[in-house]
Amino acid sequence: MKARSYTHPYVLAGLVPLVFFLVFYFYPLAGIFLRSFVPDFPAHFRIDLSFLNQIVESPRLHHIIWFTFWQAAVSTGLTLVFAFPCAFVMSHYQFKGKKFLTLCASIPFVLPAVVVAAALDASFGKDGWLGILNIRHPLVLILMAHVFYNFSVMLRILTSFWTGLRGNIQETAAMLGAGPFQVFIHVTLPLLMPAVWAASFLVFIFCFSSFGIILILGGPAYATIEAEIYRQAAHMFNLPVASFLSLLQIGFTLVLMGLYTAFSRKAVRFVPKAGQAKFKRPGKFMEKAAITGSFGFIILLCLFPLAALAGKSMVHEGQLSLIYYRAIFDNPSTSIFHIPPFTAIKFSFIFAGTALFIALVTGLCAALCLNHLDRIKAKNLAGFFDPLFMLPLSTSAVTLGFGIIITLDRPPLNLRSSILLVPLVHALVGFPFVLRAVLPALKSIPNNIREAASTLGAGPGNIFRCIDLPLISGALTAGAVFAFTISMGEFGATIFAAGPRTPTIPLAIYRFLGQPGAINYGQAMAISTLLMAITAAGFILIEKISSKGLQHF
Amino acid sequence: MKTYSAVALFIVCLLLTVPILTGPALGRELTIMTHDSFSISASVLEDFKTAVGAEITILRSGDAGQALNKAILSKNNPMADLFFGVDNTFMGRALTNDLFIAYTPKGFEDINTTLLVDDEHRLIPVDFGDVCLNYDIKWFKAKQLAPPAGLEDLIRPEYKNLTVVQNPATSSPGLAFLLATISRFGENGYITFWQNLKANGVMVVNGWQESYWGQFTAASKGDRPIVVSYASSPAAEVFYAEQKPTTAPTGIVIGNRSAFRQIEFAGILKNSANTDLAKKAMDFLLSKAFQEDIPLQMFVFPANTKAMLPEVFLKHAKITDAPASLPADEINQNRDRWLREWTENLLR
Repeated sequence: MKARSYTHPYVLAGLVPLVFFLVFYFYPLAGIFLRSFVPDFPAHFRIDLSFLNQIVESPRLHHIIWFTFWQAAVSTGLTLVFAFPCAFVMSHYQFKGKKFLTLCASIPFVLPAVVVAAALDASFGKDGWLGILNIRHPLVLILMAHVFYNFSVMLRILTSFWTGLRGNIQETAAMLGAGPFQVFIHVTLPLLMPAVWAASFLVFIFCFSSFGIILILGGPAYATIEAEIYRQAAHMFNLPVASFLSLLQIGFTLVLMGLYTAFSRKAVRFVPKAGQAKFKRPGKFMEKAAITGSFGFIILLCLFPLAALAGKSMVHEGQLSLIYYRAIFDNPSTSIFHIPPFTAIKFSFIFAGTALFIALVTGLCAALCLNHLDRIKAKNLAGFFDPLFMLPLSTSAVTLGFGIIITLDRPPLNLRSSILLVPLVHALVGFPFVLRAVLPALKSIPNNIREAASTLGAGPGNIFRCIDLPLISGALTAGAVFAFTISMGEFGATIFAAGPRTPTIPLAIYRFLGQPGAINYGQAMAISTLLMAITAAGFILIEKISSKGLQHF
Repeated sequence: MKTYSAVALFIVCLLLTVPILTGPALGRELTIMTHDSFSISASVLEDFKTAVGAEITILRSGDAGQALNKAILSKNNPMADLFFGVDNTFMGRALTNDLFIAYTPKGFEDINTTLLVDDEHRLIPVDFGDVCLNYDIKWFKAKQLAPPAGLEDLIRPEYKNLTVVQNPATSSPGLAFLLATISRFGENGYITFWQNLKANGVMVVNGWQESYWGQFTAASKGDRPIVVSYASSPAAEVFYAEQKPTTAPTGIVIGNRSAFRQIEFAGILKNSANTDLAKKAMDFLLSKAFQEDIPLQMFVFPANTKAMLPEVFLKHAKITDAPASLPADEINQNRDRWLREWTENLLR
């Protein structure tokens, strides 16, 4: 090999996410940590650690830390157990209603926690459609809500990977005499592991930093580290403790991701087949039963609560009525904060579209760069950046928000009250999803294909366009869907940065829920239903745009 | 192909963003930082702009606690000129952090004198509301049970498992209600009261929304006919009802110092570049135009005694004669300890 005399474009691409992170993530965080731990800076540099006593001496905090871990582990395990069989069905069979099922599974992800609570209540609560179950224990509700939320993350990542996996190897193994079970254990499962790990880590981190669900469904008796950070920062204004807990969260994510990166390198590689994967039509009884089973499960878990919610928005005093839908267009108190539905829809789309684009570009650049670093044997570098890029997922919104206030406060980066803050923060959270979806797909492309192309005279640009891009389009779509969904449902950063002129749908939901009066509640349910419908429309749009990816789902 | 359509989609998004970024930036601008519950009607906002002689930007910054903390963090380079929505439970934090400059606005003499707390006029009362128990009138009628008359009734056996309250560590009415019990039963008695309340099956949730929309029988499918809310909530129930009922579906418990008065203040932020405009804005906040807009926008009472109340308030909302109260200093010094004690006793 000749010495690398020029910097590969993929390495340069890595600068895009790096700069993005330095400016919008590390700089604000450094600011708030400095303010918390070195209170007299810049006058004196004296690190104040007196707050540590509060943490050491509080059994409540220890309990919270322990609870955070185990509820995340259990939630992730449950999600995997439920999503795995469904992913098998989705990746192997073609059947009626398949697209619809995927759509159903993805919608919960976008709903604000208050609405999820209402949806679960409307179906499994005392007077819900499945009231006999009468599920009321907060812990059961939390776990259910986490599965409800994260099911689609697991399902999408597994399905997109599994679809690409199917093919010759399994058939060869079968021809050599391996039974279906042996093929699964010795061939399919090891090949599938990278995607299983990737999806599980994402879900774990998501549950680990769960906030709204814990606050609403768990009640005061249950708290995660994230919920405690919010309480310490927003209500007690105890910045040192809040910052310390944020650091703990970040540190843990780093360790976890470091392990994951080290582990995933050992994974077996396999070429996913681009594009035309052939789906079987179900024939045997068992196949039909499997499809019916996953159908039933997804409908029970996802469609049921969603439909119950929609039902709630259309029933007024026991009768079917569209009164709440008409009411969202009225503004009886003439408040300037009244949110006309179409305006909210418009801005939700603008923010989500912009966030999606930023997350897609930065996420793709990061994936290309990390994959390239891995290939040119700069593994340590890749192992260093990969975990770093996952951090926004588990960083307390309140801590980052406070950091932005004290750091990005001067031109040219006076973002504190800028409208740009909304898509930027959304993109920051959407970015890890794009990266996690794309990286396993990129890694599974063997280098000899690229080398062959290179020998034949293709430049890096051509190789990217003709080899990498088609092979990762499915994964890219999955990442895009998540980036979009996160932005559609996000509330915390939006209420801070979006003024009355640029409302979004979740803002409208919260506005209605903030006041007494039956009509307000009904309107909140109506807007939530609208949010579900619009998100579904968004998914369809995204999948149309990346028409190749369509076949994967 | 899809690359082009993605780029096209992005360009469309960018184009749609342009009008937001290049909004009306001519002339001067006054920025008001406030919490999520702030509201004003469109016509009054127009009068506000005229009175101040500038564009007005309203920056809603999270709940009351979060908004204040953001103001404290940005103290040296403030994001706004005026802050609206410090209440008496957070007032001490605002004053110790030296956030505001003193100014006596026009109309100061019309303010209900019981609301005046800050002698230096850094924080000026703008509105107030009483946090108190609300109950479901229909439920109590059906059960032929008398609704509670005061806080001490809640621990009687016939009210077992009927009450839902908010966690004072995460909810502003929840904190106000805790302060009501401290004011009513004293430093030495309030924990005993809460222990009894716990023994009598009180339910604690994290926020007002979960309690009202999730547990309160009058507003949800829950099974708690007593909830901590505001004295003006029955008026809101009537105002937001499809067919306006003649009597409100909910009642309030305000007797025997069982309601806590939350006073909301506004003040001019130190280091503001527009102090002259902020002063005019403070004058407007106390004017009849703004004060009479308050009840139906935020469902609290105006501080200006000359302001007229809307009909739905006159009929369905009551002002507590003898609310519970605690000095701001005392709240500021003890808030964290009270919250800790409460948490240890109720959530263990």
